Amino acid sequence: MTEQKPRSHTIDMSSILGEQRQSQTPNETCIKVENLNLFYGKKQALHGVNMEMYRKKVTAYIGPSGCGKSTLLRCINRMNDLVDHVTIEGQILLDNENIYDKSVKVAELRRRVGMVFQKPNPFPKTIFENVTYGLRIQGINDKRLLEETVEKSLRGAALWDEVKDRLQDNALGLSGGQQQRLVIARAIAIEPEVLLLDEPASALDPISTLKIEELINELKEKYTIVIVTHNMQQAARVSDYTAFMYMGELIEIGTTSELFTNPTKKQTEDYITGRYG
Amino acid sequence: MDNSKIGHHISEQFNKELEDIRNKVLIMGGLVEQQIELAIQAFITGDAELAELVIKQDNQVDELEIAIDLECTQILALRQPTAFDLRLLLTVIKIIGELEVIGDLAERVAKTAIQLSDGESKKDQYHELQHMTDLVKDMLHGALDAFARMCIDDITLITGRDEDVDREYDSILRQLITHMMEDPRHITRTLNVMWTVRAIERIGDHACYICEHLIFMIKGEAVRHLTQAQLEARLNQ
Repeated sequence: MTEQKPRSHTIDMSSILGEQRQSQTPNETCIKVENLNLFYGKKQALHGVNMEMYRKKVTAYIGPSGCGKSTLLRCINRMNDLVDHVTIEGQILLDNENIYDKSVKVAELRRRVGMVFQKPNPFPKTIFENVTYGLRIQGINDKRLLEETVEKSLRGAALWDEVKDRLQDNALGLSGGQQQRLVIARAIAIEPEVLLLDEPASALDPISTLKIEELINELKEKYTIVIVTHNMQQAARVSDYTAFMYMGELIEIGTTSELFTNPTKKQTEDYITGRYG
Repeated sequence: MDNSKIGHHISEQFNKELEDIRNKVLIMGGLVEQQIELAIQAFITGDAELAELVIKQDNQVDELEIAIDLECTQILALRQPTAFDLRLLLTVIKIIGELEVIGDLAERVAKTAIQLSDGESKKDQYHELQHMTDLVKDMLHGALDAFARMCIDDITLITGRDEDVDREYDSILRQLITHMMEDPRHITRTLNVMWTVRAIERIGDHACYICEHLIFMIKGEAVRHLTQAQLEARLNQ
């Protein structure tokens, strides 16, 4: 007697909904901000910020001008140390280690936490020298290693095919979008853990912007990325988590899809829907 | 009308566009409500002329559906709305789909009315059908009112009435079956009546779907495919 098959037409939903479920798996914390207060002189710019950023995820900070998002970003690799009269309270843990601890060497921290700014800032040197700059100041001069790094970094920054035949040309001859990708290549050449991007595409045309966004998507396979952007649609497109800041306070942080479709705070809703709060 | 949910954008033009969409949906809803009213009147009184009017009116409903759909598409493309604005537009697109189907169901009732208009009118036999239609019209009206006010406080009262509609439907169905068994010569005519009763019952279902879409719009939660008890429990959470 043959075995009768069950008369069921249900299909295995787990394979279809799998991707959605996967995104709900717990994340590993990479950076943890605890009770962070920051003062420029007497003026308080950040008010008791608490948040976590997850490894190999993209976290975007959004908010109106002057809300403290760039200030917060700059705290993560201690760029604010360079500003006069800055006082910082609280702590930021990178891999469970407080980066404001006295034992932390700032140069080493900035090697682990790379940064890219709004305006592309390549050095007035050749493309090759730009990418290898970080390695050279670390004392690495092995020509083969440098060449390998240049190719790997430029490929990583999706720029290799465009510049591979003119590595000895001056970097300032590149277009704005190419310059910005070169700066990203320079940042990833020293293999950081975290990349901080401060308005990386706001000075670029739409096509270059899309290339940078696509690049961010690729980079997150290797790096934890934190991005500050004025462009909400950009935050929505590139990030996994979005934090909304207002007047130096973190108002809300959540998954990007949730924050843009159903935010929990009215202030967030008003900002992302373009209402006056 | 409460504009706090769709107004207050920095872009005054955007406020106007959303307001315009809401008004058009309400006009479309009003037309559909009227269609149901006239269709059932034509059916009960055997008024073929009135039924023709309902069928013509469905073209207007269809035109409005296309126009609103297009406006929503344009806003999605040009303004990339988020949060409540996004949910509002998605909900509008779904609501006009439901209204269009309700319009088609009313049209079907009107067509049956024309078929049956040459026979004798059974006006006195349609008390229950009239009652069921009144229930369904109330449900649709309540749903459209909730959309106009952007408020879902009483939404489960509307969806709860669908159970009454279903009971009426079962009761009418039993009578019609008895009727057919009594005299097989009534079967053709009774089947036509049955289709009409079915259409009215389906309108009640679509009014419930509109309520579900409104809950998504206001709370951002998908509450489709729940029983009345589950829905009430979810909203009371």
